[in-house]
Amino acid sequence: MKRVVITGMGIYSCLGSSLDEVRDALYNGKSGIIFDPERKEMGFRSALTAKLEVPDLKGELSRSQRSFMPEQAKYAFWATRDALQHAGISQDYLDAHNVGLIYGNDSSADPVVRAVDTIREKKDTTLCGSGAIFQSMNSTVTMNLGCIFHLKGINLTISAACASGSHSIGLGSLLIQNGLQDMVVCGGAQEVNPFSIGSFDGISAFSTREDEPTKASRPFDRDRDGLVPGGGAATVILEEYEHAVKRGAPILAEVIGWGFSSNGDHISSPNVEGPTKSLEWAVKHSGVDIREIGYINAHATSTHIGDTNEAKAIYNVFGDQRTEVTSTKSQTGHEMWMAGASEVIYSMLMMKNDFVAANLNFENPDEDSAKLLIPAKRVEKHFDMFLSNSFGFGGTNSTLIVKNIK
Amino acid sequence: MKRDELIQKVNEILAEEFETDIAKLTPDANIKKTLELDSLSLVDMIALIDNEFGVKIANSELPQIQTFQALYDYLEANMK
Repeated sequence: MKRVVITGMGIYSCLGSSLDEVRDALYNGKSGIIFDPERKEMGFRSALTAKLEVPDLKGELSRSQRSFMPEQAKYAFWATRDALQHAGISQDYLDAHNVGLIYGNDSSADPVVRAVDTIREKKDTTLCGSGAIFQSMNSTVTMNLGCIFHLKGINLTISAACASGSHSIGLGSLLIQNGLQDMVVCGGAQEVNPFSIGSFDGISAFSTREDEPTKASRPFDRDRDGLVPGGGAATVILEEYEHAVKRGAPILAEVIGWGFSSNGDHISSPNVEGPTKSLEWAVKHSGVDIREIGYINAHATSTHIGDTNEAKAIYNVFGDQRTEVTSTKSQTGHEMWMAGASEVIYSMLMMKNDFVAANLNFENPDEDSAKLLIPAKRVEKHFDMFLSNSFGFGGTNSTLIVKNIK
Repeated sequence: MKRDELIQKVNEILAEEFETDIAKLTPDANIKKTLELDSLSLVDMIALIDNEFGVKIANSELPQIQTFQALYDYLEANMK
């Protein structure tokens, strides 16, 4: 089996649009959560959201290219452009090789709503414009990036709810391990607009702590009352180790384990067995001793049942080993289809800069989170391995283990 | 709307949307070539014209609208 390394990263997040900016935001415990009055006017139960602006790519991409891209494709373009640059990969290289693309995305609601509104109003489908169909599909991100960057290897989108970004890295790794790709662009993207999560708000999943937006996302805290939606995009470049060495690529870390499972249970409430299996499988697959894992980036979204069951699952595997556990969702909100990929990047930034970011708003533990070591303040710590969980609706679970390479 | 106002508005809207130098939009210029339209962006032009002027150019009538002049004439004839 070949080894899989990370040679580049790029991100467009409510914490920043560059690795440096995001690193500083993590370090300083910055929150990207705001109150959006427009959502209140629309009838949302919770108007909380991560703050994100769509980048203006005029001048960088042609009018045509931009017309096919919904917002999450623009975030993904930004993140991928930066990741490729970070990895020292030129357009000439992409033109000459079969670089793959596996990206997480599980919705494209905004373009669908706009197209249907136009059809209903005008009774004429031509008037949607030519971009509508390409923007409306779940595979819009991989469709667009494949064309823009002339990628010629595997090209597909992973739709696995909030585990999409993580599974994309897992599957990309699998292809490289088996010699089917030397390089795969992986990541996750998430649209941030009211249409995309209106019905999610409708099942009372979101925090209503609207008077204190930055305190609303409080994973593992006893007084948590729901998640805060967020988004953007994050890209990691995965590469076969020997190939990376030969190319003189910056070798940042190695993906040494991917565990996964399905709960086979309730569509929205997680159980404990499924996530436990995902963690166990990742540890077994990687062959590591759990004592080597210096940081656990939890999925924990600030929902009551989700955080409880993940705390139990983590305790099942790690027991009384006091490894720092945090959820970066305390700063970013729940980045959903992007989360699995962005949280690998957040964890990488911490690992490369010798700190564990504070789990914001962890003021009082509950019975299950009390058993874990959850720092409410930043910890200055060197670690060489982390584990990252992502769990999604439908009970899809993904766990990645990444080892530092200096 | 007066003819020269119409011409100005059409030119400004098309030049901006298709990111073309407005000076290239002369009456005898070919629309597709000047704005670099392919089959997809032609659909966008039709949608834009409808949004801005309330006139939907039917597919059957498109072949007659090759130049900007032809477009101005068409809009003048069909605007309410």
